[in-house]
Amino acid sequence: MLKTESITLNLGPQHPSTHGVFRIKVELDGEAVRDLEPVMGYLHRGIEKISEDRTYVQVVPLTDRLDYICAMTNNQAYAMAVEKMAGIKVPERAEYIRVIMAEFTRIINHLLAVGFLWNELGAYFTPLLYCYRERERILDLFEKTCGSRLTCNYIRPGGVSLDLPEGFIPEAKKLTSHLKTFTDELNTMLTKNEIFISRTVDVGILPADLAINSSITGPMLRASGVPYDIRKVDNYSIYDRFDFDVPTCDHGDVWDRYYQHILEIYQSIRILEQALDTIPDGKVMGRRASRSLRRPPKDEAYGRIESPKGELGFYVVGDGSKNPYRLRIRPPSMINLSALKEMCEGQKIQDLIVILGSVNIVLGEVDR
Amino acid sequence: MEFLKDLFVNIGLWFSGWLTGFMPAWGVEVVTGFLGAIILVFIGLFAVLILTWGERKVIGRMQDRIGPNRWGPYGLFQPIADGIKMLTKEDIIPTGADRWVHLVAPILVIIPAVLIYAVIPFGDGLRGADLNIGILYIVALSTIGTISILMAGWSSNNKYSLLGAFRAVAQLITYEIPLVLSIITVVLLTGSMSMVEIVENQTVPYMVSMPLVFLVFMVAASAELYRAPFDMIEADSELIAGYFTEYSGMKFVMFFMAEYINLLAMSGVIVTLFMGGWRFFGLEEILPFLNPFIFFAKCAFVIFLFWWTRATFPRIRIDHMLGMAWKALVPIALVNLLLVGLVDKLVEGTLLTSGVLLIVNIIEMVILLAILDKVGGKTRAKTMERVAAQQG
Repeated sequence: MLKTESITLNLGPQHPSTHGVFRIKVELDGEAVRDLEPVMGYLHRGIEKISEDRTYVQVVPLTDRLDYICAMTNNQAYAMAVEKMAGIKVPERAEYIRVIMAEFTRIINHLLAVGFLWNELGAYFTPLLYCYRERERILDLFEKTCGSRLTCNYIRPGGVSLDLPEGFIPEAKKLTSHLKTFTDELNTMLTKNEIFISRTVDVGILPADLAINSSITGPMLRASGVPYDIRKVDNYSIYDRFDFDVPTCDHGDVWDRYYQHILEIYQSIRILEQALDTIPDGKVMGRRASRSLRRPPKDEAYGRIESPKGELGFYVVGDGSKNPYRLRIRPPSMINLSALKEMCEGQKIQDLIVILGSVNIVLGEVDR
Repeated sequence: MEFLKDLFVNIGLWFSGWLTGFMPAWGVEVVTGFLGAIILVFIGLFAVLILTWGERKVIGRMQDRIGPNRWGPYGLFQPIADGIKMLTKEDIIPTGADRWVHLVAPILVIIPAVLIYAVIPFGDGLRGADLNIGILYIVALSTIGTISILMAGWSSNNKYSLLGAFRAVAQLITYEIPLVLSIITVVLLTGSMSMVEIVENQTVPYMVSMPLVFLVFMVAASAELYRAPFDMIEADSELIAGYFTEYSGMKFVMFFMAEYINLLAMSGVIVTLFMGGWRFFGLEEILPFLNPFIFFAKCAFVIFLFWWTRATFPRIRIDHMLGMAWKALVPIALVNLLLVGLVDKLVEGTLLTSGVLLIVNIIEMVILLAILDKVGGKTRAKTMERVAAQQG
């Protein structure tokens, strides 16, 4: 008998495909993955603890830095938790602006998810750079609105910080129809690529029951066939006014997770079209918002939204002072990683990278 | 005018004639041989500069960006800047590395790459040497490259390098078989292993008369060059840089240069074997000094195909790749060999042979597609059905 040994490979923290400083200890049997253990915390900045020394409004810029691709939705989730705790009413125009920004953010995130997945498949940046081009157009709109592209700090407890700039609505409408064409193009170019199908179909299958037991949410859960979308379940903000579907796929493999993103981009575009058509005039910041936050109640609340990556929740405990007593974040990226081992066991190391790419994590959110 | 007509050959003849005036015959042999070797090495080194620039520019355009454009016109001097940067980098030998193997590997990888140029005919009479076993020599040299990759991967004391070396051995050895089988087909038809004779025999380029052999050779060649979609050996998104992860500075440049020197050499081989080398519809007879330009233009076309695939295709998985070689390419190459042998024996006359070969190749392709459809069709249909169902 030949003596055989398994290799323990340290994938990360510095590795081009771990989306930052994620580390996986992989036990390899040749090319096949036998066991793996994710190691997190290399990007831990203690955002939850820092928040306790800041006032409620000062926490908003910190949330930008959680999932730095989707700053707007992070702001929104936090703002919703604080509004729920302090009982602040949000003006209708602000709600519309929030929905528009959140859906644009969802498109950004999904485009990047597709692009990075292809990068990890070895397509040498080509789809990614085209996705980046479209993302830039959306970021230009963000910059026009709030002065910042990535760390927006735009959606605050009580509303949004500024009203939309002049000419925003027609420009956004134009961009929306352009994005629709682009998504069609992306779909035709990528979805049926032969190598892509052979690499992704039946790879990294996540069964629906395992997904539910691991409390996985977002596109990943829906790709496994569970039509769970907090926009529909909670009907938070004004999502009940829009007509959109919750698309699902059936198999829960990497291909489904890819295609789920494409399908959701179309739904986001549908919501955007309706919201841009019906946005009313009015104030964008609640009248009593700043006063209630100066002397907030001694209460606690959990606010959650369907962030592009899943259920993003903020649990805020107030002790009556200007600062939150405790802030707890439920990061979808981190919780979606919890089934990584089950998905990867027995697959090749090339598949491990692709599966990790299809989970679509952002390390700022995983490590907080 | 007569001198200009076949400029490059005449320069060579004039130079050796000038030398004969004051030198013994063996001295002329030594001097011309030495100068020729230097020119051949410089073609390789110059190719690295042009090809790195060209690849970044072409792929840049395909990716909707400009590519290097800062230094020199159209960023042409960018490779020089890169070279200076690399030269000034620290040379690192990792702890626990097998020191001598680690040091020798980059040298060993570049030598066979440069040596291939000795037998490539750039034009009528423009070549390093007309070996009568030219193509065998090339196959032998490319095997040495495999060993140096294994040396680099194993000696680095790095698991990514080791995995890259595993894949290198599996991939390069596997794809050498369809590669050599397609070469044999060409050799069978020509009746010679000399690169010059192969070119001279191609009244109709073999690419036209044997498209299937050409396709098999192209696929195998891109795997031999470990270019996309077969770039598992370096696989930047998985193995960081594969076998040369631990190399830095000049030693890294050696691997990098070897890759591009090999790229031009392999496209030179493809041009020689399948695209008629320096010949271009009789133009080579009228204006012989155009020969090398025709040759390099054809090379540029082949290289462009490689760049195009790199910019547009994702990477194949290793088991699919090995399966493709053993289950598809090797049988196809063997059937090709059989059919070409039969046609060559039965049909007389060059043009007629080409025509019959083309017809036979097309028939073979149709049958092959039918067989593949029958063998792999079921699983594929299932997958595609699923994909279509999801889309609807």
